[in-house]
Amino acid sequence: MNYVIIGNSAAAVGCIEGLRKNDTKASITVISDEVHHVYSRPLISYYLAGTVTHENMVYRKADFYEKMNVKTMLGSKATAIDAKKKAVTLENGETVGYDKLLIATGSSAFVPPIDGLDKQNNVFTFLKYDSALDIEKLIDKDAKVVIVGAGLIGLKAAEGLAPVSGSVHVVEMADRVLPMILDEQGAAPVQAKMQENGVTFHLGITAQKVVDKDRVEKVVLKDGTEIACDVLVMAVGVRPNVAEAMAAGVKANRGILVDENMRTNVDDIYAAGDVTEAVDVTTGEHKIMALWPNAYLQGRAAAYDMCSAEHDFDGVFPMNAVGFFGLPIITAGVQDGEDMQVLSTGENGESKRFIVKDDILVGMILVGDVDRAGIYTYLMSEKIPLSTLTKKLTDDDFGLMAFEEEQRNERLSS
Amino acid sequence: MSLQLGWPDYMVIRDENRCIKCEVCAKQCANEVHKLDSDYDKMMADESKCVNCHRCVALCPTRALKIKVNDLEFKPNANWTGSAIKEIYKQASSGGVLLSGMGNTKPYPVYWDKMLINASQVTNPSIDPLREPMETSVLLGRKPEKLEFDKDGKLKTKMPPQVKLDVPVMFSAMSFGSISKNAHEALARAATDLNIMYNTGEGGLAKEFYQYGPNTIVQIASGRFGVHPEYLNAGAMLEIKIGQGAKPGIGGHLPGEKVGEAVSKARMIPRGSDAISPAPHHDIYSIEDLRQLIYSLKEATNYTKPVSVKIAAVHNSPAIASGIARAGADIIAIDGFRGGTGAAPSRVRDNVGIPIELALAAVDQRLREESIRNDVSLVVGGSIRNSADIVKAIALGADACYIASSALIAVGCHMCQNCYTGKCNWGIATQRDDLVKRLNPDIAYERLMNLITAWKHEIEELLGGMGINAIESLRGNRLMLRGIGLNQKELDILGIQHAGE
Amino acid sequence: MKKVYADEKWCLGCGLCNVYCRTCHSETNDIVKAHNFEEPRPKSRLHVETGEKVNFALQCRHCDDPKCVTACITGAMQKDPDTGLVTNDTDRCVGCWTCVLACPFGAIVRDEDAGKVAAKCDLCVKSGEPECVKHCPNNALKFEDRE
Repeated sequence: MNYVIIGNSAAAVGCIEGLRKNDTKASITVISDEVHHVYSRPLISYYLAGTVTHENMVYRKADFYEKMNVKTMLGSKATAIDAKKKAVTLENGETVGYDKLLIATGSSAFVPPIDGLDKQNNVFTFLKYDSALDIEKLIDKDAKVVIVGAGLIGLKAAEGLAPVSGSVHVVEMADRVLPMILDEQGAAPVQAKMQENGVTFHLGITAQKVVDKDRVEKVVLKDGTEIACDVLVMAVGVRPNVAEAMAAGVKANRGILVDENMRTNVDDIYAAGDVTEAVDVTTGEHKIMALWPNAYLQGRAAAYDMCSAEHDFDGVFPMNAVGFFGLPIITAGVQDGEDMQVLSTGENGESKRFIVKDDILVGMILVGDVDRAGIYTYLMSEKIPLSTLTKKLTDDDFGLMAFEEEQRNERLSS
Repeated sequence: MSLQLGWPDYMVIRDENRCIKCEVCAKQCANEVHKLDSDYDKMMADESKCVNCHRCVALCPTRALKIKVNDLEFKPNANWTGSAIKEIYKQASSGGVLLSGMGNTKPYPVYWDKMLINASQVTNPSIDPLREPMETSVLLGRKPEKLEFDKDGKLKTKMPPQVKLDVPVMFSAMSFGSISKNAHEALARAATDLNIMYNTGEGGLAKEFYQYGPNTIVQIASGRFGVHPEYLNAGAMLEIKIGQGAKPGIGGHLPGEKVGEAVSKARMIPRGSDAISPAPHHDIYSIEDLRQLIYSLKEATNYTKPVSVKIAAVHNSPAIASGIARAGADIIAIDGFRGGTGAAPSRVRDNVGIPIELALAAVDQRLREESIRNDVSLVVGGSIRNSADIVKAIALGADACYIASSALIAVGCHMCQNCYTGKCNWGIATQRDDLVKRLNPDIAYERLMNLITAWKHEIEELLGGMGINAIESLRGNRLMLRGIGLNQKELDILGIQHAGE
Repeated sequence: MKKVYADEKWCLGCGLCNVYCRTCHSETNDIVKAHNFEEPRPKSRLHVETGEKVNFALQCRHCDDPKCVTACITGAMQKDPDTGLVTNDTDRCVGCWTCVLACPFGAIVRDEDAGKVAAKCDLCVKSGEPECVKHCPNNALKFEDRE
């Protein structure tokens, strides 16, 4: 059997490890346009902040490919997929045949049109290790950083760059930070924490133009405010890299549509990770859930299906753990919708917010106090009726004690 | 009365350098002595509530705690001792009878410690129990006058019902109610695996304990709690409780708070009601009445089980024992005045009854003189503390010993003597769920097994030293004992010579 | 594999397991120093939950398919294929708490003091037998292979 994976990140590793669990002999080939050994993408902000070394950027040890007996074609971009001939064409014209293919091409930064914004050499997207390495060269303690977008990537960039640069300005169209995952109650302490650490925010406003042609010297906002700039990070959002797949007849909306086993509509072509739109098991809807743990699980699920192996895969739903300057945030599931009940508690910048629908926990936002959050995640994934619990979600000592005796003992004896 | 004339009995001494504020002491003290003061981030103690049970001391991971007897003293006075004065303060403040748990604390003579065991030298050489067989088992029950065999050598005589013990020790009566279910379970399981007996006490028997029947003594006391035909047949031996060494002449009182669902079922009384055992059996006012009960029980069990009658050791025990033997009992159990209890009026406990050693010697002597010693087995209890006490008791004439305090100490009792409060921190003398679970019967069982196994080894060593290879050969062999520091009267009663004679 | 199992019937909620867990995971390995002097203060990797009738002490279940491992963004959290032990490489852990989000038992402890790393039960590999089991006063914790 000949497996080919396009992409070399979490989904690819999930797939490799999943395949090798079931098939130690088959050929596995990894094709990636990046030259690096598999690294942890979320760590690039830590790398820039100096808290993670180059050596520790790797997601799996240096001997990973060797141990897994994987052929790597790093630095080669896959430009086309021929679903009939079952072959992938690379940039250099070479073709690689496959029996089963995993598309794990991830996403690229979406760069909105801004007056004057071109391919200046100090504009970055903060998605890849290479851009981090490039930013590193321009950063010193006087560097002025402007970040457009206060989503996860923008804020992680701000956190990473604030301690090592002169100033960090964040421009966000919405009226709060992390608008996609936090409500106002959750966003306020995050913003405060970041301001404490030297980050300046420009909220509810957009960047209108940048000056100059070769190098962005300043960013001008809609209200005329000018922000001096040595490094500009564009972090307004990402788009799945679906072009090559769609050309091969793979169906996609914004992301590639996959079923619960990560199959696309085309035989023997699977997709996993940020490039996909998969089913959110808490809502049953297809959506992009561009999150590291999900990518790994999806990659692995694809591998098991490729091998026709039994697999206990519960599916995925949005969930995210992130922190800024020591303030942890955990979110999962949906944040709003019809007929939902909201339970919340918290004080002193710590807050917990639970979203409940029909006696089932369907979403949560925890800021500050995130201890034992996985128990809530479990309630969501298992759809455990909250009325069977003996404690309230908002109780300080909420834990496994809240479960019915039988269920609790089953948990304790696992 | 806001002015308290007394002061706390104990001092809680905490080594601040070693205390790590883990609060284990606070969580483990049912008397709520310890508390973490969050304002000052310091462990504090309310010493007035301390009963010196050592639970906190034993569990403190850094050995930061010590409990000491409060050394504040009254002016020295040999007559008006501190405890005499404090007892008056207590009664003047409460108006109540002073209560105590466990046994007599007064410094009466302990005759076990005034008797010495013999050993063989040169002649009748000693026996090494590790190399030669040693018999420690005994049979309890009426023994026939003589044995007859047929021509094939088979026993023709019909033997009265007997109970066999692998070691001459039994766990004496402690009711489920006075002690926790877990303590009860540990005793039952250990008795089964040691092949000895445990005693239900007057608390009846919960269904789940019927499985230990072959090693169970079912007791019938003045309250007749939990007594029904199935119960009588559930054990291998029956015991009519007339008296208890810790409180001769006194009935029992299990407060309603201890009568939860399980206790209420076992005792067949309503939940929460006080279980009051009258001082006498209201159907026994004579030896003849006793005989009727003994034979009722024998009838009820089809003459298959020996019946024991338990009395407290009192001044005229020998005559009473003679009556009991003649009333048809198979076993007489005598409980000395140092025996334990869940609750007794302190005055009774400390002043009524006589030492078991003297009662045993006198009873054995009397039954021999009347030639009825073989009609009954003699079991003695009332503070048997170790294997030497057992060996001495058997040399004085006992068939076996009852132990209770020793068994409870083995499973964790620290002799704080506050059993009657129901707040036993060791999970023994309590029915409070959170406290009961502190005694894991698996652990308690193992400790009991260890204790009796260790005693068995020691008994074998002592027997071997005397050149005796069976416990039966020691029974009543008072030549193996010598008194030390005893006057002639005491020696006469004990029927032994003085050391050196 | 051998794991630590809690028996809620016998757990007293006394918290001694926490004390010995902290000590075992301290620098000084001395119970008093670990609790009163050592900086950063070592953290226990157990959660003692107390209730009206039952209590239990819970730690990492070393799952067959550990959600913390699949969720880990750095590769620091790994399950040893030979021993089954789930361990966190604290040099590589960045304290993102994705494992906290993923662990259905809530067994992972955030150790902010020790440089923002995820702390979890390692079955006291360095001392042979888990300290919580060794010091449980009521046999409420057992170290057994129940598979």
